[in-house]
Amino acid sequence: MTAFLLRRLAYLTVLVGVATVVAYFLAATQLNPRSRYEGRNPPPPPAAVDAILDELNLNDKTPVVERFAKWVGGVLRGDLGRTIDSGSVNTEINRRIWVSLRLMLLGSILGTLLGVAAGAYGAIRQYRLSDHLITVSSFVVLAMPTVVLAVLVKNAGIGLNDLLGFTGDWKLLYTTGEITPGMDALSLGGLSNRLAHLVLPTFVLMSGSIAFYSRYQRSAMLDVLGSDFLRTAQAKGLTRPQALVKHALRTALIPMATFFAYQFALLFVGATFTERIFGWHGMGELFVESITKSDVNTVAGVTLLVAVLVLVAGFLSDLVYAALDPRVRV
Amino acid sequence: MTQVNERASGADDSEPLLDVRDLSVSFASEAGVVSAVRSVSYRLRRGEVLGIVGESGSGKSVSSLAVMGLLPPHAKVSGSVRFNGEELLGRSDRELSAIRGSKISMVFQDPLSALTPVYTIGDQLAEAILVHQDVGKDAARRRVIELLTLVGIPNPGQRATAFPHEFSGGMRQRVMIAMVMANNPDVIIADEPTTALDVTIQAQILDVLQTARRATGASLILITHDLGVIAGVADRVAVMYAGKLVELGAVDDVFYRPRMPYTLGLLGSLPRLDDDERRPLTPIEGQPPSLVALPPGCPFVPRCPLRIAKCSEVEPTLDALPRSGAGHSAACHRSGEVEERGLTSSDVFGVTPTPTAPGASQPRAQRATMLEVRDLVKEYPLTKGALFRRRVGTVQAVSGVSFDIRAGETLALVGESGCGKTTTIMEILNLVQPTAGTIVVLGRDTARMSPAQRFAIRRDLQVVFQDPLASLDPRLPIGDILAEPLATHGASAEACTRRARELLELVGLRPEHANRYPAQFSGGQRQRVGIARALALEPKLLVLDEPVSALDVSIRAGVINLLERLKVELSLSYLFVAHDLSVVRHLADRVAVMYLGKIVELGDVGEVFRRPAHPYTQALLSAIPRPDPQIERRRRRIVLGGDPPSPADPPSGCRFRTRCPKYAQELDDEQRRRCVAELPPLEARTGSDDHVDACHYAAVVPVL
Amino acid sequence: MAERASSQLLPEQAGAAGGLDATEAVSRTRLVARRFVRRRPAVAGLVSLALLFAVAYLGPFVIPWQYDQLDTNAFLSPPSAVHWFGTTQTGFDVFALTMRGLQKSLIVGLLGAVMSTALAAIVGAFSGYLGGTLNTVLLTIIDLLLVLPSFLIIAILSPLFRDHTWLVFVFLLAAFQWMVTARIVRGLTLSLKEREFVTAARFMGVPAWQIIARHILPNMASFLIIDATINVSSLILAEVGLSFFGFGVQPPDVSLGTLIGDNAGAALSYPWEFYFPSGFLVALILAINLVGDGLRDALDPNAVFQGRR
Repeated sequence: MTAFLLRRLAYLTVLVGVATVVAYFLAATQLNPRSRYEGRNPPPPPAAVDAILDELNLNDKTPVVERFAKWVGGVLRGDLGRTIDSGSVNTEINRRIWVSLRLMLLGSILGTLLGVAAGAYGAIRQYRLSDHLITVSSFVVLAMPTVVLAVLVKNAGIGLNDLLGFTGDWKLLYTTGEITPGMDALSLGGLSNRLAHLVLPTFVLMSGSIAFYSRYQRSAMLDVLGSDFLRTAQAKGLTRPQALVKHALRTALIPMATFFAYQFALLFVGATFTERIFGWHGMGELFVESITKSDVNTVAGVTLLVAVLVLVAGFLSDLVYAALDPRVRV
Repeated sequence: MTQVNERASGADDSEPLLDVRDLSVSFASEAGVVSAVRSVSYRLRRGEVLGIVGESGSGKSVSSLAVMGLLPPHAKVSGSVRFNGEELLGRSDRELSAIRGSKISMVFQDPLSALTPVYTIGDQLAEAILVHQDVGKDAARRRVIELLTLVGIPNPGQRATAFPHEFSGGMRQRVMIAMVMANNPDVIIADEPTTALDVTIQAQILDVLQTARRATGASLILITHDLGVIAGVADRVAVMYAGKLVELGAVDDVFYRPRMPYTLGLLGSLPRLDDDERRPLTPIEGQPPSLVALPPGCPFVPRCPLRIAKCSEVEPTLDALPRSGAGHSAACHRSGEVEERGLTSSDVFGVTPTPTAPGASQPRAQRATMLEVRDLVKEYPLTKGALFRRRVGTVQAVSGVSFDIRAGETLALVGESGCGKTTTIMEILNLVQPTAGTIVVLGRDTARMSPAQRFAIRRDLQVVFQDPLASLDPRLPIGDILAEPLATHGASAEACTRRARELLELVGLRPEHANRYPAQFSGGQRQRVGIARALALEPKLLVLDEPVSALDVSIRAGVINLLERLKVELSLSYLFVAHDLSVVRHLADRVAVMYLGKIVELGDVGEVFRRPAHPYTQALLSAIPRPDPQIERRRRRIVLGGDPPSPADPPSGCRFRTRCPKYAQELDDEQRRRCVAELPPLEARTGSDDHVDACHYAAVVPVL
Repeated sequence: MAERASSQLLPEQAGAAGGLDATEAVSRTRLVARRFVRRRPAVAGLVSLALLFAVAYLGPFVIPWQYDQLDTNAFLSPPSAVHWFGTTQTGFDVFALTMRGLQKSLIVGLLGAVMSTALAAIVGAFSGYLGGTLNTVLLTIIDLLLVLPSFLIIAILSPLFRDHTWLVFVFLLAAFQWMVTARIVRGLTLSLKEREFVTAARFMGVPAWQIIARHILPNMASFLIIDATINVSSLILAEVGLSFFGFGVQPPDVSLGTLIGDNAGAALSYPWEFYFPSGFLVALILAINLVGDGLRDALDPNAVFQGRR
């Protein structure tokens, strides 16, 4: 089994490698870091520009392959290179990744749990009022792009603040940033402040997950509701609710594992919009900015990181699937 | 309704354990209201075995689910079901779940889907106990091991931690029976418990069911379509048709003195294992009615030769017969007449004479060879795991099979699942070079065929599949399905349409229905379409894969007769695969018995069936229950133990030795060594040159 | 064991046997259409979709303003009789802008979905049916495309083609959309391949491509149709996402994404600039999802029928 896992790992590493190579080459050949320096007023002498670009490994006069080799060398040592503003890519990412992860983890865990529960409940009460409500709201939420939902929620939050009279510095729900500047992040007051900042963006991210999972869980539950083993469980003497929870739900959870990896990728995209609207300085913002700023190294670095994360998520979902379904265990 | 006075043999006289009166179940559907069960009444006494017989759509399963209260919530149930005097219908889920599993238990048909895939066997069994008995986990565990031992599962302590998909079908069904026994119920309902199993495993499971009865003292309701199983097990029989009980009585009465035309037809249409000559089967024309908007009167009217005007107006009720022993009732206006005149099924349904093949008199050796197979070997790599696939061994599906088929002859390959019969015919049909050995089709070696030759041979070699629903593309109308082989081999559109009509008539269907879809036909009709398609190019050799096993019992006779007629009319040779030996007895000239990839016996069908030499053939013939209660009660059964070994890891020497009763009981150590070391060759040991077997110590034991 | 319906109490099967007395052969399309029409949300979705189409393409003929026409008399004016949806900061008519954006979304969705599903069907079916080296090659390509950062690639490539037709952008979107479906099609093909009617055709001598076209693909038509509808909304949302950040449709052309992106910040103060485009977008997606759901129920009615509700 280990031999096989290693082979699979190798295959996945190759894929990550290819993704990164493509990203680097594309960015290095199509983006134009030089313009960022030349566009200043007054324009610096060409030699100075070349010097800076060389230092940052962004000089378009150097052959792409050479730049790539230098970059890869750095990566293998753990250094993702320099940003176009002469900073360090590692530092930038370090600063921002936890911002994004905080947002995403909470949103995805809560979203998954609530979504699965809502879907299962809707399936059991098929065609009753509660099922209709859940289905309709899922539909509407799924029809809204994250950005629209984020704006709506943000404005609703602002409106709510105004309604409740929180017009000063201290608000019930915050709509900008992760923490009020100046507060100590780890103090009790700081934590509650962060929570207040977290509520709205998490709600936005969560909604997408809830809507997604509830629809798929509902259909998985419906598939299972007609199955023979449920009938056997009842024939043994379990009441219908007991049989549903112990046997049906547990079996219907299996397909959800395959969505986990897919959801993770979607969540990342959703987080990008949410960060923009709510002013969080996370990875999504970094990525978009780096394209606009022609920051090749950052683009490549973020792509590499995201590819690794997505593959880890895929691997995890394989493991979760095997944990849930004894039929696939080797 | 007349009160029926029922006295079951061997059961006690007191208050019935289960008293069902006027039970009716209906569902709403897209087509209308479906009356699945219509006013069914019967009684079950303590210690009694009641067999409920019926085909698909007869309502037998639905009525039992209604007794258990397991129907979906949108089903409308009316009538009365009294258990020990208490009414069950209309009780809450909570009250019923206290009774289910502890007083009334049910065994279902397909054990793989009936067990939850994510929990271990031990956990699921323990759950059955813990739900009703307030004992600790340890006590439950002990009881689980006890139950598993009782049903014959080896290594119960270890096996209890395994998951359902790790067990074979027979083992899983044993677990289901253990589950049913767990709380010593008063009534066990078994809904087609052995239908999905091989015939030797079926014999084992029926034994286990009897063990369960003895251990718990429960009464048994056995629901099945297999009349042989009923004959061997039941005390009383209820025959259902179109949602109603049409005959009810003691098992001898119903089998030897049936009084309702449907029962008569059913018994007459069964092919029998012990038929001496080719007794012509009497099919029942038509098919079971749709349960939506049934017309008034008896539902059997469209198919009944005894119908009179009254039958279409007034539906007959289940009335006691005037002359028979007490407890025999039938639902037919003319059953009194049937009884008086002692009518049999051939009297009522007529007899279709069996056609004789013109070349049948010519000795075998002088006829042309249609198909010759020499030392055929086919192996597959064995992969494990769904997520991570890797090769862990080789499945030896077919290990050296040789036979031939002459013009006008029918050869049957029989055996249970895993014996390699289906793989053999697929290899032949693929027309490619096998792993080893040679296949010569109509004089051409498949290993040396060019694609053009292969294409040409396909005209002469055609196939009919088992499942008529799956073998026709549901999205094409019948006419297109029939035209496909013709168009592929270059016929014009006009020729296709013409031939399609001809073919439909040939198989007994109406040519105007060529623009209908498969879903609009019944199973028997679909199989006729499959046969018609196979005949489109006028083949010489027809391969059939279990042609009637997916069909209802009353429909089978018609298709079997059709195949016989076509064989003679069109001078065909057949190679067919079957696990139902009674069909083989009827259709085949010669038979080859296969076990784990090898042929263990081969010869003329009458010879092999009357004088089987190989222990496996003997066990196979013995395992098949016959629809004749007296024979069933008297005969000695040979029951094989255990499961068939895996084809990936066959035993050395003789592959049958691990289950062979001769090996286990009759041979001494010296002889056993020979079985382990030496593979027995296929030779004639019984005196007749044509009859060969593969057993070192072959001895004829007339099983039938 | 097709005849014995032990656990499936579906009365549909009971109705099928003996149905030969029906006077007309009900074609499958008609059956599906009938089932679709029974569900009110699905019909509402279809009607809304038709209305949105009509408004998007006929709307611009009704008003006097083009999407790229400036009205220097009205900057940032709220909705009025002259400008139904108000105007933007530079004087563009929001209704015209929204309709232009809607047209874009419709084209992206429909054209892209057709391309994507068709590609997925062909690749998946051939890969699954023929197996062997072709299968390995195609699977590797699929894995590769799944791993490539699509957002990045489209973000970088799309502005390059701004001088050519924007359809290149649609093509790029579709090119990254088909992979997951292709894998599912391959899985479905593998199981259909074992079905007896496919084996029967093989044993008749029917060539592989004909089997795929005549037997395999039509039998997964329901899945393909449903997938196509999901693709429509995914593609529209993907376009919105890219255009929002400025990587998709390039100025001076507009799409719903660019409108939302440009005006998200102004949502509180000048709501008409934001809410009209996003409202139409949500309505479009909702309509498509309703139609898709209705189609799924009509094509695969596994739900228990409980009578008219």
